[in-house]
Amino acid sequence: MSQEILDGLAVIVNEVAGVPVEDVQSDKSFVDDLDIDSLSMVEVVMAAEDKWGVKIPDSEVKNLKTVGDAVAYIAANQ
Amino acid sequence: MTRQVVVTGLGMTTPIGGDVDTTWAAALAGTPGIVRIPGDWVEDQPAKIAGIMAVDPTEVLDRVEARRLDRSQQAALIAAREAWAQAGSPEVDPLRLGAVVSTGMGGLTSLMNAYDTLLERGPSRISPHMVTQIMPNGPAAHVGLEFGAKAGVHGQVSACASGAEAVSYAARMIQTGRADVVVAGGTEAVIHPITMAGFAAMRALSTRNDEPERASRPYDVDRDGFVMGEGAGVMVLESAEFAAARGATVLGIYGGAGLTSDGHHIAQPDPEGQGAARAITFALEDAGLTARDLVHINAHATSTPQGDIAESVAIRAALGAATDGIVVTGTKSMTGHLLGGAGAIESIFSILALRDRLVPPTANLENMDPEIALDVAAGAPRPLPAGDIAALNNSFGFGGHDVALVFRSA
Repeated sequence: MSQEILDGLAVIVNEVAGVPVEDVQSDKSFVDDLDIDSLSMVEVVMAAEDKWGVKIPDSEVKNLKTVGDAVAYIAANQ
Repeated sequence: MTRQVVVTGLGMTTPIGGDVDTTWAAALAGTPGIVRIPGDWVEDQPAKIAGIMAVDPTEVLDRVEARRLDRSQQAALIAAREAWAQAGSPEVDPLRLGAVVSTGMGGLTSLMNAYDTLLERGPSRISPHMVTQIMPNGPAAHVGLEFGAKAGVHGQVSACASGAEAVSYAARMIQTGRADVVVAGGTEAVIHPITMAGFAAMRALSTRNDEPERASRPYDVDRDGFVMGEGAGVMVLESAEFAAARGATVLGIYGGAGLTSDGHHIAQPDPEGQGAARAITFALEDAGLTARDLVHINAHATSTPQGDIAESVAIRAALGAATDGIVVTGTKSMTGHLLGGAGAIESIFSILALRDRLVPPTANLENMDPEIALDVAAGAPRPLPAGDIAALNNSFGFGGHDVALVFRSA
């Protein structure tokens, strides 16, 4: 389940920001490792909401520091 | 004494070519780039034809880069990179580098697409890039960011004179000492049902839908309006001193500018062309030249029945008998009218004409309008004389904007 979400998120991050799919790993920080700026993060969230039918409010987005944080949130709220 | 401004780099993406060399070769060959607009939406449009960029920007730009930019910004970036590379990627203090890139209408297609999204999917699905895609300073800001410009980033807005006004403002930044190098130009990409309908409502567009390549025909008796075009033109301007110090190749010299307004009508040209004539006179004065120094005019010449006549009246009013010795061309016959990009690409055409001593022909000029008394190049390129020569580029915009630029051979 989580692996599926991770793979899907990697595709989204690649689409939005051009980060190679293989670089999108659970321990990577969106900001520090993947260079995702705040606007790109909005796009990632939007695409993730559409793909998994979850709602990720802004108040939660700031807690999603790493790719793993996002995978866990999506898995828990799907 | 103001500092002399020179041109060291040129870039273009237009309906007749994806870069300067391709575009210029097509212009000299007199090849129009006007086509029927693909898509079902043109069916109920009065005007179904346009000059679509010969090379789609998404084929040139990185995918991620392209999706963050409006099409007009994509074109501006492509042209700016070409110009910057030709200038030899100048090593310049960012504090002394500026960018002035104009658009007449901004990211209008991005706005319309976002509005469709809003209606279909709601406010939460609007792209976070939408605002920067539609803002009229967006092309200047993106080009400025590309090269790290910190002396100032500006977008002059004067409809179809915007690109020319950008070049004049950029030169002014250098002349007054604000910058040593400025990337300057104009861009437009608004081929969309709403703009086509709007310009058609003004009865401004050609409806020669069955013969797209023959539709834009400045000065011809059978012209019936302008043809929308899209694309961008960008040049690198720098102080002559700075260019010489770094050993840059000078492609042309910026002579001067004249900027006036008609105070006549929101969209129709002053039939006496007074504002345009004053702009031409001021541009020559600014360049320290006289009418006899001009050998070439790249005219605004949009192929509208009134506009082409009004401009010819203005040219003769400003230049008098010297008009007879000047080779005029209307390159919109090939590119269509790039609105905010027009003044920039036509400035580049003017510089190239001076460099190669060749004026591109006005395509589709088969029967000269007897009301127009100009020596217009048609059929084949026309040679220009050797020695120090100068050219004029006119740009006029809805709102009554008149911008005349003068360039000199290097």
